[in-house]
Amino acid sequence: MIKIISDMKNSLLIMILLLLFLGVACNDDDFLNKDPRNILLDKQVWESEGLVLAVLADLYGRYPDYQTIENWSEFTNFDEAFASSFGSYGRHHNQDWSYFDWGYWDYGFIREINLFISKGEEAVRLSEDVRERFLAEARFLRAAVYFEMVKRMGGVPLILESLTYDYSGDPSYLQYPRVKEHKIYDFVISEMQAIKDILPDDPSVKARATKGAALAMTMRAALYAGSIAKYGATTPDVSLPGGEVGIPATMAADYYQTVLDAFSEMSGYALYDRNPDPGDNFANLFLDKNNNPEVIFVEDFKLQSGKTHGFTISNQPRYQSEEQEGGRINPSLNLVQSFELLDNTFAPLPIRTTDDLDYLYYDEPTDLFENRDPRLRGTVLLPGTRFKETDVEIWAGYLLSDNTVITGDQFGAKASLPGVEEDVQVVGFSGPIDNLEFSAQTGFYIRKYLDPTPGSGQRGVQSEVWWVRYRYGEVLLNAAEAAFELGMVDIAAGYMNQVRSRAGMPTGLTPGEITFDRIVHERKVELAFEGHQLWDMKRWRLAHIVWDGSSEPLTNDPGNAMEPSTRPFGLWPYKIHAPGESNHGKWVFKEVLPSQVTNPDRFRLGNYYSGIGDDLLNRNPKLVRNPNH
Amino acid sequence: MKSKFKNLMLSVFGLVVMASCEFDDFKEPGSIFEGRIVYQGQPIGIAYNEVEFQLWESGWEQEIPITVTVSQEGGFSTVLFDAEYRLVIPSHQGPFITLQNQETNSDTILVSLNGNRTLDIEVLPYYMISNPQFNASGNDVNASFGLDQIITGADQRNVERVNLYISKTYFVDAKTSISSVELGGGDITDLSDIDLSTGIPEMTPDQSYVYARVGVKIDGVEDMMFSPIQRIDI
Repeated sequence: MIKIISDMKNSLLIMILLLLFLGVACNDDDFLNKDPRNILLDKQVWESEGLVLAVLADLYGRYPDYQTIENWSEFTNFDEAFASSFGSYGRHHNQDWSYFDWGYWDYGFIREINLFISKGEEAVRLSEDVRERFLAEARFLRAAVYFEMVKRMGGVPLILESLTYDYSGDPSYLQYPRVKEHKIYDFVISEMQAIKDILPDDPSVKARATKGAALAMTMRAALYAGSIAKYGATTPDVSLPGGEVGIPATMAADYYQTVLDAFSEMSGYALYDRNPDPGDNFANLFLDKNNNPEVIFVEDFKLQSGKTHGFTISNQPRYQSEEQEGGRINPSLNLVQSFELLDNTFAPLPIRTTDDLDYLYYDEPTDLFENRDPRLRGTVLLPGTRFKETDVEIWAGYLLSDNTVITGDQFGAKASLPGVEEDVQVVGFSGPIDNLEFSAQTGFYIRKYLDPTPGSGQRGVQSEVWWVRYRYGEVLLNAAEAAFELGMVDIAAGYMNQVRSRAGMPTGLTPGEITFDRIVHERKVELAFEGHQLWDMKRWRLAHIVWDGSSEPLTNDPGNAMEPSTRPFGLWPYKIHAPGESNHGKWVFKEVLPSQVTNPDRFRLGNYYSGIGDDLLNRNPKLVRNPNH
Repeated sequence: MKSKFKNLMLSVFGLVVMASCEFDDFKEPGSIFEGRIVYQGQPIGIAYNEVEFQLWESGWEQEIPITVTVSQEGGFSTVLFDAEYRLVIPSHQGPFITLQNQETNSDTILVSLNGNRTLDIEVLPYYMISNPQFNASGNDVNASFGLDQIITGADQRNVERVNLYISKTYFVDAKTSISSVELGGGDITDLSDIDLSTGIPEMTPDQSYVYARVGVKIDGVEDMMFSPIQRIDI
């Protein structure tokens, strides 16, 4: 009896436990659906302003650029600078650029922005104006990505919603053809038109999209489209029958007018002018983050935040460098001699007498660059100047009266001089020494964007100088170019002279002096090392003329936009050692070609629009190849 | 014990070696396909690394061409697998236009490769350089030549300029020249008799000879066309 009861007891217990267990297990929703603890879900993100901003910050962080303060080594890819770094000498050994160079095709990023926009449109928990601003910023970024793609590839598929594959085995509904080139430019312009009044009209906002940034992008896009329409006519081979590459010449005037219309809406910005010395002022324009009136849109950096960059580490003068490196960008003599004289004329640097029989002698190395556009000092560290309170130490050696050179093959090397008892230093601590990386192999270092803050050249500290994507100086030059192309030379002269007088050029240009060559030149010197050169040369269809692959000597006509410039030349200062003679202690200069520059650059017609990869062409048969590939 | 282990290791090693020989053992391409780009049997001179054509082979998952670069004397040579190829000269390549092929009714040429093969590709150049003569006098190199216009009518193009290049090495073109002279197309009075002359600069190290040739740049055509290369003793 006892046994039966205890059996019953046990069975009862088991049954109750089973019931309890089933009761719990039946609640599938709770049991099987657990919120993850390591990621945030869409619905969680889209109810918090701070979290959406974090997602948006990631999208901002992926903004596409070509040459930047972080991707500075590309500045040495053309004729603006020589790469004084062992791993980059190849840039001067190649004869031409690959058809795939500077290509850009990032539909993964486009998809993420499209997803952001579609989720944002359904997010009802955010307040209306916050949500509108986020959406406008995402559209700003999407337009920027399309602008970047059209600059490099021509017309691309225009996809404005996220696409999803249905696993049916037929992906053809996902294959979009390329649209006409001008359609992408039109898209960028119309998007900016649509969002400019939603974005804050606040010039103190620099790192996020503003009305000013939208107008500046409109102007740049319209200017590019206009010049491709106009100058594309000179290269009829660079076009496709479907219009994916090439814009009809008849559309040029409308685009130029769009530039001026957008400019008339621009307000609240002014040229930076806070320093009495125009050279220092020009350098500080890029460094001053204190309510800088000129800067419109930037990628910002901050010390001790994890977002810093090593531009100054890599490019500081080698002498007194805060690390055992630096000096990788050496601006070329080609660029240096392009800075005009203060009387608005062009001339090569005077280093020889007119009959070419003797050097010209200078008391100080900087005397050679006197009377040049002060922007030269603001852009380039010249021999005899200082950085971080220290001489840059660029001098190539001693020259004796019999033309013998006494120099060394390491930084600050010592050797004996005739008539001097002890060995003395015979070459600068920053070189120039041919073929020695980090030395100023062209005789120059870069100053633009170089951070004078102590510690900026240390790996443990780095630099927080921001990368300026749009600034008012460029906006003025864009407006000047558009006005010039529309025949309004007096207006063009007015805009150009604003930029030039800030730069420290004492006399303005008359309307009659505004020519195409002047426009080209002004952008070259004002916007050097700001990532404009390649796109400018492409849209003017000058790239294949200037980088024509010929081993021509350095031009004597730096104001001429069509002069070939295929190899970066240098200029080395030597000190005269001739005790007792009048020239003792004076400086002379020699033009040099760094020995690593073994081949001239040749820009082929097929480089105007980068190649679309064979993998893409195979996956999407609706894509057409770019011309000349 | 030790030797047993050694033997074991040896046999494992042997197995590995043999096994790895077994797989990954594709035969290398062995058929040489070579020839020249010619007009009526005469090769067309160009600059090195400037002109290339494509070979396509159907039947693979992806269509990716093999590109073949033409040498500065108009010749090419490539080692391939035996297969049926379609040879295409892209439209912008070279100072010439391609001819219609009878077989394909387009400018595609079918190349069936089964062992070594030599093929001269006939094209239609805009101009041909006739009778180029070079000589050195004193410190100058002189060249005289004529230009025969081959393509006339709708497709004809003007001469943009002609150049004489001299070079220290056998590679002679705008990239490598140490001295050159240029004559604009508009300044040519007689196409059949063009004279150019350029000085020989100092060379380091010194050498007693240079190579020279003349080239013609045609309006709107990227690649220049050149005469044969001539060695000149100074």
